Formats: sequence, structure tokens, C-alpha cells
Amino acid sequence: MSYSNKVIEHYENPRNVGTLDKEDPQVGTGLVGAPACGDVMRLQIKVNDDGVIEDARFKTFGCGSAIASSSLATEWIKGKTVAEAEALKNSQIAEELSLPPVKIHCSVLAEDAIKSAIEDYRQKKAARAALEGTAPTALEGTDS
Amino acid sequence: MSLKLPIYMDYHATTPLDPRVLEAMLPYFTETFGNAASRTHRFGWTAEAAVEDARETIAQFIGADSGKEIVFTSGATESDNLAIKGVAEYYKSRGNHIITTVIEHKAVLDSCKRLEKEGFEVTYLPVDSTGMVDPEAVRAAITDKTLLVSVMLANNEVGTIQPIREIGAITREKKVLFHCDAVQGLGKTPFDVKEMNVDLASLTAHKLYGPKGVGALYIRRSKPRVRLVAQMDGGGHERGNRSGTLNVPSIVGFAKACRIMQEEGEEEARRIQALRDRLHDRIRARLDLVTLNGHPERRLAGNLNLSFSFVEGEGLMMAIKDVAVSSGSACTSASLEPSYVLRAMGLDEELAHSSIRFGLGRFTTEAEVDYVADLVVEKVNRLRDMSPLYEMFKEGVDLKSIQWTPH
Repeated sequence: MSYSNKVIEHYENPRNVGTLDKEDPQVGTGLVGAPACGDVMRLQIKVNDDGVIEDARFKTFGCGSAIASSSLATEWIKGKTVAEAEALKNSQIAEELSLPPVKIHCSVLAEDAIKSAIEDYRQKKAARAALEGTAPTALEGTDS
Repeated sequence: MSLKLPIYMDYHATTPLDPRVLEAMLPYFTETFGNAASRTHRFGWTAEAAVEDARETIAQFIGADSGKEIVFTSGATESDNLAIKGVAEYYKSRGNHIITTVIEHKAVLDSCKRLEKEGFEVTYLPVDSTGMVDPEAVRAAITDKTLLVSVMLANNEVGTIQPIREIGAITREKKVLFHCDAVQGLGKTPFDVKEMNVDLASLTAHKLYGPKGVGALYIRRSKPRVRLVAQMDGGGHERGNRSGTLNVPSIVGFAKACRIMQEEGEEEARRIQALRDRLHDRIRARLDLVTLNGHPERRLAGNLNLSFSFVEGEGLMMAIKDVAVSSGSACTSASLEPSYVLRAMGLDEELAHSSIRFGLGRFTTEAEVDYVADLVVEKVNRLRDMSPLYEMFKEGVDLKSIQWTPH
């Protein structure tokens, strides 16, 4: 199979490879796919107090299209609000990278990874809010 | 030493034509161009003589009694189809059972599947973790309805060489016909239809430095005399077994390729194996978590099938794009299923996705091997740095304990 130039470009120069501290309350982590399927993406976002994604990182086990899809996803969501990132569709990734039909699932996985990271971030935030609401005095203890 | 890119390391897929083979073929395109079936003039006679000479050469190469036992075909796929369907059709009044293995080439498996639709019963024998068929499993599977056993000489993905001699002894004892798809092993590992009691054998030229588009089916003529029903109607060429004007230049090339293999094959295998081992050593000395797929010793000299844990095969192939190899990764197939051969050997799906097949051959050089080893080490390290699985593994996370989301 031949790859589009954009896939090759992202594959050879992937943006935002790396790891954010998953214990950081501002960080949301999405881990999607399965080793048995040949694709695993981990995408992380760091959201500031204004709800803007100030950093995004990924690591991907997968083919060139999977790596390119996750690289592009992090590039696109950086600087966007959580709501904007959530609206990103796999079809936009597939179109930008000119993915052939057999590789569309790579873009689906990237969309899932974004949604999963956002979900994780929200859950953490909700859990923190719940803690703050019910037992504010205990908050200091949870941070240690 | 200067290196020419891209480097070909996919000798199981096909091989380049040996220049000596090309030289032998050329006159048969333009000067000696006759139809081998033309009996009325010199053009036909010379072509026929060349074909008969080739038949004898190939017969001798595989230990057959005579050239009359060689039927030329368009290649191994046709030979497999003709052997399996032809035998099944001819002998169907005697039984309806065929035995084969789960790691055969698709030409064998799909021919068997076709026969299943027509009412035949097929037993697909498993293989062990090295890709080896157990001859005793063949014995156990034989019933009074069994017509044919079909087992390959060597596997195309992992290079495991099958116990053909042992299986042949059993099929002969049980009076069951034995077909061997000898395509990958021919010329690279000993193969003798007489000594091994093989009754039908599929051969192809392009895996041994001959031209593409020509193959042969060996059909034993005595003890037992094997009969089959032709699968293509026409002029009744090849003793009625395979109609169609013979591809004379390619048949001449096929024979030349066999002759070269007969003379040089043994020494060549030693040289290729040394290169293969050098490639393996240089990779595993510098990378951890590399698994050899297939049998450690009983394997084709040119085959090195490795799984690089936590790195996906197609991703790695893209990283080493100047090196032509193949992968058992799902991504190379439309089905998104990883290699059925590796799965049949019980390999974890993840490792099947991480496999790369290096195929070395006649024109592989030491400089190429060293270049490829360095490149693979560099790129596997790079992809592991990008792999969430490798990071989790390093942190001590048990990857099996994670609730994955298969898609």
C-alpha cells in the first residue's frame, strides 16, 4: 500500500510524541485500541483553567496511518477548547491524511482517543468537585 | 562499499531471474519460437525437443523416474488446484476425505474449501509452536475414506521444513496419495519424490531464480500410478492433464534454474544461512524482546521471521522502506486479521502484528545484511520510544491485565 505524502510527513516527523503526568489533575488520558488488533493509541491532554487544551501528547503502537492520525490529532486539538476538540470528527482526519478505506479505522481510533482523554479529564474534575463539595477540609490530604 | 537501495529481502515472495537463466531463455523467444505441439515442421520439433529436455532435467532434479511425470502449468497455484481437485474428482468413488494442514498456502486451503462445498470432508491438521506438523497426527487422521494428504515442504512465512519423509512413509503404508506443495523448499532443502514417497508435487520456477508464470506438477506414474481429472478443457496437451500451448522459453528457463540449483544449491544454502545468522545475531545483540518465529533449526536457510515486541509490523516496514520485507501484521491485508500461519502456531496476536519476515537469497550481500541490521535496530528503538505499550511494559504494567477496547 502506498501512503499519502501527509501520512509520510507525520510518520517521519511526528508532532507531540511523549507523556504527560497522568496523575496531574489537569491532564486527561485516553488509551484506546488493543494490542491484538495491531493498534493502541494513548492520547493525553493538559487543560488549563480556561478550558483550553494547552498541551497534547501521544504515543501510538500501530501502522504509519495510525501514527500519523494521532500526530495530526494532537496538532489540531492543541490550543482548542475542550468543546472544540470534542467536535473533531474522524472524517476530517481521514480527509486531511487522504487515508484509504482500509485505514479509516486509524482515524476513528484517533477520534476515540480524543474523546476518551476528554472523558478522563472530566471525570477527574467531577471527582475533585465532588470532594470539594462534600468534604472541603479533606482536599489537602488528597493532593499529597 | 557502496550499497544500492532499495534492498531486496523478500526472496520468499519471488526471486530475481538469474542472468544465466535469462540467457538460456532468450533464443526461445525469437529464433526457436515454435509451438511445441506442432508436429509437422522443424519449428515445432525443436521447441518440443527443448521442452522434453527440460522435463527430464526437472524430473531428475526432484528424483522422479521420468520426464513423463512432469506436467507444466502456469505456476504453483495452478499445480495445487490441479493436484487437489483433479485427484478428488478422479477418485471420488473411493472416498471423500482429504487431510491437509492449517498453514498451507491459500491455493491448497481454498482448493480444499471448494471441495468441502462439493461434499468432501477436509481435516486441517494443527502445527506446533515451531510451525511443524506431527506425522503421527497425519496417521491418526487417516480413515478408510481418505484419498489424499497434502502437506507443504517448507512454510513460506516462517520457513519451517516439514517432515515430508516421515509423512510419506505413513501415506505409503496406508495407501493414501500424498501431495506436497514443494514451492518454497525446492532447491533449498533436500527433496526427492522417490525417497520421500511423494505422489504429487507442486513446483514453481520463480522462487528459484527462474521466470514467473511457469510451474509444474509432478504426477507419479508407477507404484502407484496417480490419475487425475484435468481442470481445464482444450487441446489435451500434457498427456491430457493440462491443456494449453506450452510456454517454451519459460520452461527452458525453469529447467536451467533447476540445473543451477542442483549444482550450486547446497553451497548456496550454507552461504545464505551464514548471512541469515549474521543478520539475526546483529539484531538480537542490540535489541531485547525479539522473538524468532518458526523452528530454530529446521528452517529454510534464507528465512528469518522475527517479532519485535511493542512495535507494529507495518509501522516498522514503513520505517525501513528502503528494505523490501513482508509482515504478518494485519495492516498488510484487507481483512485486518494477522497472519493465519503465526496464529496457528499459537503466537499472541500482538506478536503476530509485530512480525517481520526477512527473506535472503542468492544475491544478498554481507554489506546489505549489515545495513539492514543497523537500520532495524535504529528504527525499532525509535518506534518503541513512540509505543505506549513499551512504556507501560517498562513501568511494569501487565499488558494482559488491561481492559482493551478492540475495534
